Amino acid sequence: MLRIDGVSRRFGDVIALDDVSLEIGQGEFFALLGPSGCGKTTLLRIVAGFETPDAGKVTLDGEDLLSRPPNRRPISLMFQSYALFPHMTVAKNVAYGLERERLPRQEIKQRVGEVLETVGLSAHAGRKPAQLSGGQRQRVALARSIVKRPRLLLLDEPLSALDKKVRADMQLELKRLQNEVGITFVVVTHDQEEAMSLADRIAVFDSGKVRQVDEPISLYERPSSPFVADFVGANNLFTGTAGGLDGIRSEQFGMLPGTPLSELTAGAQALLAVRPEKIELADENATRGLAGSVLDVSFYGGVSHVSVDVPGHAKPVLVAVQGAAAVRPGAKVKVRWEARDAVVMAVDQ
Amino acid sequence: MKSEVKARSVARSRGRRLGAFVFLSPGLAYLVVFMLVPLALLLSTTVFRRGRFGGVVYEFTTENFERLLDPLYLGVVVDSLKIATLTTLIALLIGYPTAYVIARLPRKWKTVALVAIVLPFWTNFLIRAYAWIMLLSGPGLVNSALKVFGLGPIEVLYTQGAIVTGLLYSYLPLMVLPLYAAIDRLDPQLTEASANLGASGFTTFRKVTLPLTMPGVLTGSLFVFVPSFGNFVIPEMLGGSKSIMVGNLIRDQFLKARDWPFGSTLALALIVVLVVLLVAQSWVARRA
Repeated sequence: MLRIDGVSRRFGDVIALDDVSLEIGQGEFFALLGPSGCGKTTLLRIVAGFETPDAGKVTLDGEDLLSRPPNRRPISLMFQSYALFPHMTVAKNVAYGLERERLPRQEIKQRVGEVLETVGLSAHAGRKPAQLSGGQRQRVALARSIVKRPRLLLLDEPLSALDKKVRADMQLELKRLQNEVGITFVVVTHDQEEAMSLADRIAVFDSGKVRQVDEPISLYERPSSPFVADFVGANNLFTGTAGGLDGIRSEQFGMLPGTPLSELTAGAQALLAVRPEKIELADENATRGLAGSVLDVSFYGGVSHVSVDVPGHAKPVLVAVQGAAAVRPGAKVKVRWEARDAVVMAVDQ
Repeated sequence: MKSEVKARSVARSRGRRLGAFVFLSPGLAYLVVFMLVPLALLLSTTVFRRGRFGGVVYEFTTENFERLLDPLYLGVVVDSLKIATLTTLIALLIGYPTAYVIARLPRKWKTVALVAIVLPFWTNFLIRAYAWIMLLSGPGLVNSALKVFGLGPIEVLYTQGAIVTGLLYSYLPLMVLPLYAAIDRLDPQLTEASANLGASGFTTFRKVTLPLTMPGVLTGSLFVFVPSFGNFVIPEMLGGSKSIMVGNLIRDQFLKARDWPFGSTLALALIVVLVVLLVAQSWVARRA
């Protein structure tokens, strides 16, 4: 549906986007994920028409988008700051886009009423944005974006201004809404949990490049590059050289078990990544595993995070265990994992 | 316990009020001595008769107010209103785009542009008015320039047009600065949101930019209108003897005709017009 083809954009010396190509399908919930300054917002602004790429093509259902001015694109953008018009009431804000289409007054009124109902703000139609809470403002912005029934809805960090509780509610709300209205959603976010819980597919951005495009589960379990492995979710990373089919050879620890994602030339630089929940804590007399001592235990309710200081490894190894942890700080332990639970990837210079 | 807390907070708020009074007293004293007292004196003379050789005869009369309604004087007030309104409108038409462009400049150039706007204030007001005489006079720069294109000469000096030109030149910065402040505060994302929702550039201006910068428009208009309306230097120098504004009339009543009571009445009329405008401005600004 939306095709982004070889788009590049530089600001002076900074390369915001470097030959980015993506294809987003009809009705998909797609996330652009990356640290701040990685170019994801620039891409969003190019699609919305507030930025022009130096090179590349953007088409929507085969139609060229770049030649159209922003107000002639069938795309809605929900701004990070919401950009609600402070001098208009909630109802006026929502009606603004419909009034621009010169629809009959009766139809505008009806559609505004419906969409306010959907986001649960019917009682607040007469208020000004300044009289609303952050979560309510966010829902007004959402209502204003979807009331035009755009073919594509872009969301720029939609939940970043909300506190944690409201955010979880709004995530569910967004999902429900997307199912209901069937619009293609593209959401920009730096929060990988948000991206994973919302999106059907995620594109991970770094320094203006797309590093990986995949479904959340594949992205989490089979990161294809060190950046993705480190950025998406918590991970324990070990460096070494490729050591065949069952792991890497580490200078400090010898052979570490893992499964290569692709064919690796033996002896090449490689990285092994293992998720905290895949690591097992064993007592210090276990035959296998890296010896270390427990630094800290944090209890999160359903899970506990245990950080283990392993001599020779720069960062503490993070282990997630179900429920309350049986160990205390200072305890001597060994950490170990199965080869199938760790991934090995090539490190490209 | 509770009453103690309450007593303390009352004492504190009383102390705060006292502190505020101490800090405000120099300004208040200045206002009372140099504004309220003279104003009261001025207003009191409006109901008295003029003396035969100047001065005031303390004898109640309403003749000053009756004279005010004389078409001769009323015409001057109306003319002044027209000139001040025209000046304000042109200043708004020139000032808004100027302020808009400055507000959207990169930060470094903003400062340069703002300094350039304020720069004329560093030269004496009278000297700048004289400069306009040079420019607009018969063989002046404007006519010589027109001659190059085979046009003119036109008679500008000593017309109402010259007065408007002079006032506009003098007070345009007072329009640009508040407008700049209002436009600079405007979130550029609001105009983007408007475009995203399908509005053309003109619609965005009409529906979003202008309403949100209305306080700046009102303040700037007031800043230009008030000194233009009561001005007497510019009309004196550029308007010649043909056109006279209410400011000149007031000055002439005090200094030439020696009719203080009528001069005071005219001054009162001027103040009333301006106060009405101020109140209207703050009412509109509060609603925006």
